[in-house]
Amino acid sequence: MKFLDEFRNPQIACQLLQEIAATVTKDWVIMEICGGQTHSILRNGIDQLLPPHISLVHGPGCPVCVTPLEMIDQAIAIASRPDVIFTSFGDMLRVPGSEKDLLQVKSEGFDVRTVYSPLDALELARENREKEVVFFAVGFETTAPGNAMAVRQAARKKISNFSILVSHVTVPPAMEALLSSPENRVQGYLAAGHVCAIMGWWEYEPIAEKFRIPIVPTGFEPVDILEGILLIIQMLEAGEYGVKNQYNRTVNREGNESAQRVIREIFQKTDRNWRGIGTIPASGFCLRSEYAQFDAARRFSVDHIQTRESPNCISGLVLQGLKKPTECPVFGKECTPAQPLGATMVSSEGACAAYYQHQHIKVTTE
Amino acid sequence: MSVKIPEALTCPIPKTDYDTIQMAHGAGGRLSAELVEKFFLPRFRNAILEKLDDQAVIDLPPGRVAISTDSFVVSPIFFPGGDIGDLAVNGTVNDVAMSGAKPRYLTAGFILEEGLPLEVLHRVLLSMEAAASRAGVNIITGDTKVVERGHCDNLFINTTGIGVIATHLNISAGNLKPGDKILLSGTIADHGAAILTTRKGLSFSSELTSDTAPLNGLVEAMTTICPEIHALRDPTRGGVAMTLNEFARASHVGILIHEERIPIQSGVRGACEILGLDPLLVANEGKLIASVPPEAADEVLAAMRQHPLGRNAVELGEVTAENTGLVVMRTALGTHRIVDVPLGEQLPRIC
Repeated sequence: MKFLDEFRNPQIACQLLQEIAATVTKDWVIMEICGGQTHSILRNGIDQLLPPHISLVHGPGCPVCVTPLEMIDQAIAIASRPDVIFTSFGDMLRVPGSEKDLLQVKSEGFDVRTVYSPLDALELARENREKEVVFFAVGFETTAPGNAMAVRQAARKKISNFSILVSHVTVPPAMEALLSSPENRVQGYLAAGHVCAIMGWWEYEPIAEKFRIPIVPTGFEPVDILEGILLIIQMLEAGEYGVKNQYNRTVNREGNESAQRVIREIFQKTDRNWRGIGTIPASGFCLRSEYAQFDAARRFSVDHIQTRESPNCISGLVLQGLKKPTECPVFGKECTPAQPLGATMVSSEGACAAYYQHQHIKVTTE
Repeated sequence: MSVKIPEALTCPIPKTDYDTIQMAHGAGGRLSAELVEKFFLPRFRNAILEKLDDQAVIDLPPGRVAISTDSFVVSPIFFPGGDIGDLAVNGTVNDVAMSGAKPRYLTAGFILEEGLPLEVLHRVLLSMEAAASRAGVNIITGDTKVVERGHCDNLFINTTGIGVIATHLNISAGNLKPGDKILLSGTIADHGAAILTTRKGLSFSSELTSDTAPLNGLVEAMTTICPEIHALRDPTRGGVAMTLNEFARASHVGILIHEERIPIQSGVRGACEILGLDPLLVANEGKLIASVPPEAADEVLAAMRQHPLGRNAVELGEVTAENTGLVVMRTALGTHRIVDVPLGEQLPRIC
């Protein structure tokens, strides 16, 4: 399969590993931002292949994981109304709220559906004018253009029974917040390739400059990740900083300008609460006031809902790269994908789920 | 109720007073009798069924008897490569055959939704007739119920299969031995990928087809060459990962598989990549996994490849004394990871 097989090629991966080993002389901590990258690293065992000098820590780039509990509870409150068809990407349905998850709401007889695009939800609203159709708009810059497009079309076609529950977050403020923390260990970032496909990497230049670190927009296949690590190690060892692009088959500096335009037209920046991390200024999108009629939190008056996290879950520390999932006392015991205490155990891209799925037990090899 | 019926009816639909299923079709009166005489009997005609007694009476040759039951609720009922009818026959035939038994008879229970077009029922029965004939089994007793509209999704089918196991075979998921070779009969994830891409909501088109097929012929070819086969199972729901984990747990052994040996069609792989699904967890309906003593593995593999349903068979891995209860994969990069069981239905990812 073109654009896939060459990036899974074991020979190329092996060459890159040799180059990394020949380049590295000191201990370095690198964070991969995106949960998709975390998953690929664990799935392919890339962490087992790297020289001991290099530690990978896992970043906050899993939209399911960082969506705050109160948003899940707001979603559950809206979905539990008989006049509502609640739509969402699949991952969000199993995330535990304070008392239940959206799949349980569905089993109670309410109309909760998985869609593959917010435009499918808009189509549902057009077909079901007597119902309120709500789409759970979570995710990073990757999902924002599609969600913005759905709102723009709803406004143009006057589909008034459509609204979105917005919990959008953006990557650069989180990267900056992690680097500003006194506990920070991260010395280089593998930036999230898909996010950069939309936003480009111009936003990272001031961060690399300010914190004097290398940032490398990176893809998701083993060869991508190893190339990204090599670029970072080369810069770290040479004492260089700045942005270098590994994912050049998809990403350029400017990004997708028409996608950025529709985001700016519909959304504006807002402070966001990141699950496990806390509030980060200007780290998310909310609807502009002229589109406020499409804001489900306002339409259904659920914006007052506040909640508390399980005290046993350390997902905040995991999302900041301060702890590994396996260092959590409840990992694999009270907390498993079947009974998750925190969102990092739910999504297939969550760091805890990735560890549980692929590496929770040390395997014996010959 | 809108069901898209594939073209190419091979046999015209019988003439009746109604075009759709009525509640009276399940009430035991004239309409019930008409349904049996015009729709079911012509399709499944055999001496045992034709007696129309309340039960089928059969003689079985000596030996242990394998029985299996399964209910079929697939949506959509027609999908590329098959429909609920051939799935209901093949699924149960395969479950019986995985004991090494030769499947002989099936029972069939139907739950029909009021308003179901008789043309749909006719088409499903034609598929069942063809599938039963291909597998060499007779459908010898059955039942029909009708439920009110909205109380089921078009139609549900339950089948129970009976077969007789040759005395010299001893095949069970608990029989794996360290050193055994794990054989897989062909490409993975074909059925699940075909169903997912036709479900409402997925707009991208695709030419993926289900692999639904009766595996009893393949099993017979394998057990003839090697009666010492330790275990057989068809990796349906939960996919290859589920079956291998069941093997490892039931036999208290480890299983090591090799990523680069996994056979998968490129279209199926592409669909799984786009949907964010792991093909190891996606359902198959015409594949089997065998655990075979090492000295017989090459011979069994060759016999599988000679059979039309085993042409792409591979040696996927081996049974180990280490890592008890676990399935471990050696990745293309030479690292090792666990292949866990799926939690439930895989959920499509956000980005």
